[in-house]
Amino acid sequence: MNSLTDEQLTRYSRHILLPQVGGRGQQRISAARVFLVGAGGLGSPAALYLASAGVGTVGIADNDTVDLSNLQRQVIHDTKRLGWGKALSAAETISKMNPDVKVVPYAERLSADNILERMKDYDIILDGSDNFSTRYLVSDAAFFLKKTLISGSIFRFEGQVTTLKPHEDGYPCYRCLYPEAPPEGMVPSCQEAGVLGVLAGVIGTLQATEAIKEILSIGDTLAGRLILYDALDMSARSVRVPKNTSCALCGAQPTITSLVESVTTCGTAATA
Amino acid sequence: MIQVRIPTPLRKLTGGKTEVEVEATDIVSVVAALEAAYPGLKERLCDEGGELRKFINIYVNEEDIRFQKGIHTAIKAGDYVSIVPAVAGGSY
Repeated sequence: MNSLTDEQLTRYSRHILLPQVGGRGQQRISAARVFLVGAGGLGSPAALYLASAGVGTVGIADNDTVDLSNLQRQVIHDTKRLGWGKALSAAETISKMNPDVKVVPYAERLSADNILERMKDYDIILDGSDNFSTRYLVSDAAFFLKKTLISGSIFRFEGQVTTLKPHEDGYPCYRCLYPEAPPEGMVPSCQEAGVLGVLAGVIGTLQATEAIKEILSIGDTLAGRLILYDALDMSARSVRVPKNTSCALCGAQPTITSLVESVTTCGTAATA
Repeated sequence: MIQVRIPTPLRKLTGGKTEVEVEATDIVSVVAALEAAYPGLKERLCDEGGELRKFINIYVNEEDIRFQKGIHTAIKAGDYVSIVPAVAGGSY
């Protein structure tokens, strides 16, 4: 690992002061590569904090463009960027904030054809996507590549966060948690349902927190637990997520052995 | 009494209530009591065969009933039942 420059020692001094981080920990953060699925409500705050923490490489996949209705929660973009690609806009913000970070925008839709190639060089994946088709695709790809996946999702005033690393003994995958996606039309989208903007900040920031902990191997992992946050109640609960030994993906006799992409149109099963 | 946590997408069926109380001894009777009080809820939770839908989880306290005895998981007074649906939102 490269040693830290004087400027970096200052920039990251509040990290380095923490015994759980220190200079070595900061070097690990600087060497880490994190891939964000989506530069939207969850990806925006996650990307900002990961970049300010000095994560060495941040990949951002998003094929959407910045719309005025996004800016209520997607804090990495701004009014002057309306119409910009979100991946590029996010990359621009990060580059200005922390030149230490190598940021790689992918302005394309992730598919079964490209996702393994896009994700293979990263250590940790953060999913902040807005539809079930992408969620299962990302989760399956992360499993095949043995990458730790930190999943966050939001709906109106409620959010969920969990860490999925089925490649490590005894931990579940997304399909252990939710075996199948809802059929189209069963779940309203955020376009239909609305979402509290700051909720995206809470959940995206929790995802970034867990990413940093995984990079540093500190604290208790969120793997095997699901956090349920309710902004209206101001309550956070934790439930257990066991590994399903008969899981179609990570179980003893898997039936899913390659990437399959279910086609759902955004806006029906989506909830962003 | 058993307290049941209703997730956001289903609250329109409970008149906006976040938590409801039911008398029940297992998840089957929780679902029946919910359906009696709030018609339409059962269909959102269970398929035609009465099994829990695969994108809905129910927890008794911290434990997922899929890893217990499914809808036949027993419950007792003071238990907290949470209904938790898969949610996809994050916004691209």
